Amino acid sequence: MTLPADLAREQERIEAFARELGLTFFPVVFELVDYREMNALAAYDGFPTRYPHWRFGMEFQQLRKSYEYGLHKIYEMVVNNDPTYAYLLEGNAFVDQKLVMAHVYGHADFFRNNVYFAHTNRKVIDAMANHATRIRRYQERHGVEKVERFLDACLSLDDLVDPNAAFRAPARPPAVLEAEDEGPPEPQVPRLPAKPYLDRYVNPPQALEAERRRIERAREASRRLPPAPERDVLGFLLHHAPLETWERDVLAIVREESYYFLPQRQTKVMNEGWASYWHSVIMTTRCLSGAEFVDYADHHSGTVAATPGRLNPYKLGLELFRDIERRWDRGQFGPEWERCDDMAERERWDRRLGLGRQKIFEVRRLHCDSTFLDEFLTPEFCEEQALFVFERQPKSGATRVASRQFDEIKRALLFQFTNGGRPVIELLDANYGNRGELLLVHRHAGVDLRLDWAREALGNLASIWRRPVKLETRVAGRAVRLGHDGSRPTEESLESTAQAAGR
Amino acid sequence: MPKIESDLTRFRQIVRGRVREELRRHLGRYEMFGRRGDQVVSIPVPHLDLPRFVHDSGGRGVGQGEGEGGEGRRAGDQPGEHILEAEFTVEELARMLGEALELPRIRPRGRDELQTRSGRYTGISRAGPESLRHFRRSYRQALRRLVISGGYDPSQPRVALVRADRRYRAWKPRPEPFANAAILYVMDVSGSMGDDQKEIVRAETFWLDAWIRSHYHGLRTVYVVHDAAAREVDRDTFFRIRESGGTVISSAYTLCAQILDERFPAADWNVYLFHFSDGENYSRQDTERCLDILAQRLLPCLNLFGYGQVESLGTRGDFYDALRARLGGDERVALSRIRDRDAISDSIRTFLRAGR
Repeated sequence: MTLPADLAREQERIEAFARELGLTFFPVVFELVDYREMNALAAYDGFPTRYPHWRFGMEFQQLRKSYEYGLHKIYEMVVNNDPTYAYLLEGNAFVDQKLVMAHVYGHADFFRNNVYFAHTNRKVIDAMANHATRIRRYQERHGVEKVERFLDACLSLDDLVDPNAAFRAPARPPAVLEAEDEGPPEPQVPRLPAKPYLDRYVNPPQALEAERRRIERAREASRRLPPAPERDVLGFLLHHAPLETWERDVLAIVREESYYFLPQRQTKVMNEGWASYWHSVIMTTRCLSGAEFVDYADHHSGTVAATPGRLNPYKLGLELFRDIERRWDRGQFGPEWERCDDMAERERWDRRLGLGRQKIFEVRRLHCDSTFLDEFLTPEFCEEQALFVFERQPKSGATRVASRQFDEIKRALLFQFTNGGRPVIELLDANYGNRGELLLVHRHAGVDLRLDWAREALGNLASIWRRPVKLETRVAGRAVRLGHDGSRPTEESLESTAQAAGR
Repeated sequence: MPKIESDLTRFRQIVRGRVREELRRHLGRYEMFGRRGDQVVSIPVPHLDLPRFVHDSGGRGVGQGEGEGGEGRRAGDQPGEHILEAEFTVEELARMLGEALELPRIRPRGRDELQTRSGRYTGISRAGPESLRHFRRSYRQALRRLVISGGYDPSQPRVALVRADRRYRAWKPRPEPFANAAILYVMDVSGSMGDDQKEIVRAETFWLDAWIRSHYHGLRTVYVVHDAAAREVDRDTFFRIRESGGTVISSAYTLCAQILDERFPAADWNVYLFHFSDGENYSRQDTERCLDILAQRLLPCLNLFGYGQVESLGTRGDFYDALRARLGGDERVALSRIRDRDAISDSIRTFLRAGR
């Protein structure tokens, strides 16, 4: 449903404020939906049409139940699209709708300007609808369960994409195969010109032999598939797995949607922090009437409340943006500031630069969560926000505050937000052991994989690759090679055989 | 939003399918009584999810707030494991049970000729109470009458009912085979029966109840507990009561025989008796008495006598052996030993495979 007149008027005002404050965005279209529609939309990640899949139904049932029990309420949802679509929940108080609209303009600006979103498809609502049509068609042609099984397999691997794809040169077109007929030329070992009697010394046979082997190895390596470790496992499968046409298309759909959602996973803290920052600016400086003030304060504090033991991305992002603004306003950066270790002076430090606004606009353009935290988290901030690292005691099962040290907090935060908190997994070799098996490696960063799921996911990978697959990882400090041969999981220890260097 | 409904339906289908597949394995593990509304049972099933490569959380993370290094609050540090519930009607569960354990349907004894007056509004009649008037049929009749008599004017389509046009929904009696059934549950609540044993009995009676209920209309149930003396109790008490003291099984059998005589004469009733005990009786003489009562007074009135010996660690009752020695060959008698929850499905099968 489109907005009623009073809300439409309010939208116009808020949009004008947002522009005046320097936000830029695609046109924003608000729709008013009831809670059922809202839950359904939330289950579909904000899209009115998604391909048929049971997990949306599961999501919906959970949302519905928790809504009915009063455990949550979705106030707002925004879709990164041109125009940007946003949904408002029918029956919310007027001041809430205003808050939500202001918040939405923050998101809309972020979607439009953050560099990680630069390559996302801005006509994605249409794309999603097309995906749905294609998958329905395959289901009609090949059977619901068959397509669903394959879709499940693809979805269980949909994290295996390259998070830096946006910054990579477009994939090289496959090397032209003209020279193929002529057969591989013999490796030419370059020699230095020398008189015959000196040749033995100028070009020592051992050196020539070593050089020949080096060239051979390089050639060997260039024939390897993939030539370098590959993060985009889905993309690799798309090109090299023995799939039927419809399967290839389903895989392509899953991969495309995964890449679409990727920047949202990468910028959760920033995105929410940015939107919260702007709703608070717009509301408190521009469009709040005196009567609405208490309700606004109540809901704003509810959104950015720090629940015990959990990190609220709204809160973290908002506070960090404010901290950056304050620091750049007062000039608390650069070598001079770094060098100063007089606490009293740091406290008083104010160069009246007024660069804060400008800086946070720059930050919202250039950063994602991990770089944002890496760059701008300071010991003072951690202390002020009372951040801590918690840890579950293996014996008692109780959770305890493990540390309030800056280094520890930063490390834990970066771990949590790098690669969306998911393990980094790369494809090393598609012809492992010359048996056409896939070899992947988990870049172990101190935390083991959840093994039961890893085995199942490997099973799914094997069902797509149709040959055994292996994954090198560490379990409880031991190097192991998990695998799946298509019918059951396998596991071998790598401890006895020394692991190849450089892996 | 009709699209989400189809995904929801599909999801439910998958959950049900999974419950059905694993029914046999989990028979004793479902928390049947968690929420039992009107004939609908919610069964918690583990969260369905897509397996992914994820970190084993290990309970580490960053939080915000005051607090000393030390015992932190446990609440809210982890997202809860979602528990899904699938809802089934008791009939559906019974059907699934039948499929999972390959149970034959029960053939009620005799009495096919006994009929009940069950009926549904399937017919139309010319007479009846106004509350059952069939509006469309009546006006169709009136219209037909007008057209036939030439009184119908399409430009002014006015139709009025007269008495003869009225049609009423009619109730057609339908003979249905009828059989009465009753189940007597007898449980030993002497000191040696622990909570685990009672849980087993509870799970087992749930399934027996569901299966037998699906074959009869209006099943009656009677609950009898006994230690040294026996008494009839209601369902709640049956499962909650904890007595102590010795075990005189014959007291229960005497009471059952009395109940049968008074309330469930063999001619009209299909009666099932299930007895759960740890098998330790007070004395051999009493065991002999039990067997006599069973053979002479109870069995002639029963469709089935089921004895489940719920064995706890360290106890090894001999009532099972005594029953088997004397009545093992009787087709009305089914004996089983239940060691733990996993043995429930086998036990149920033993009881119900005769299809009696």
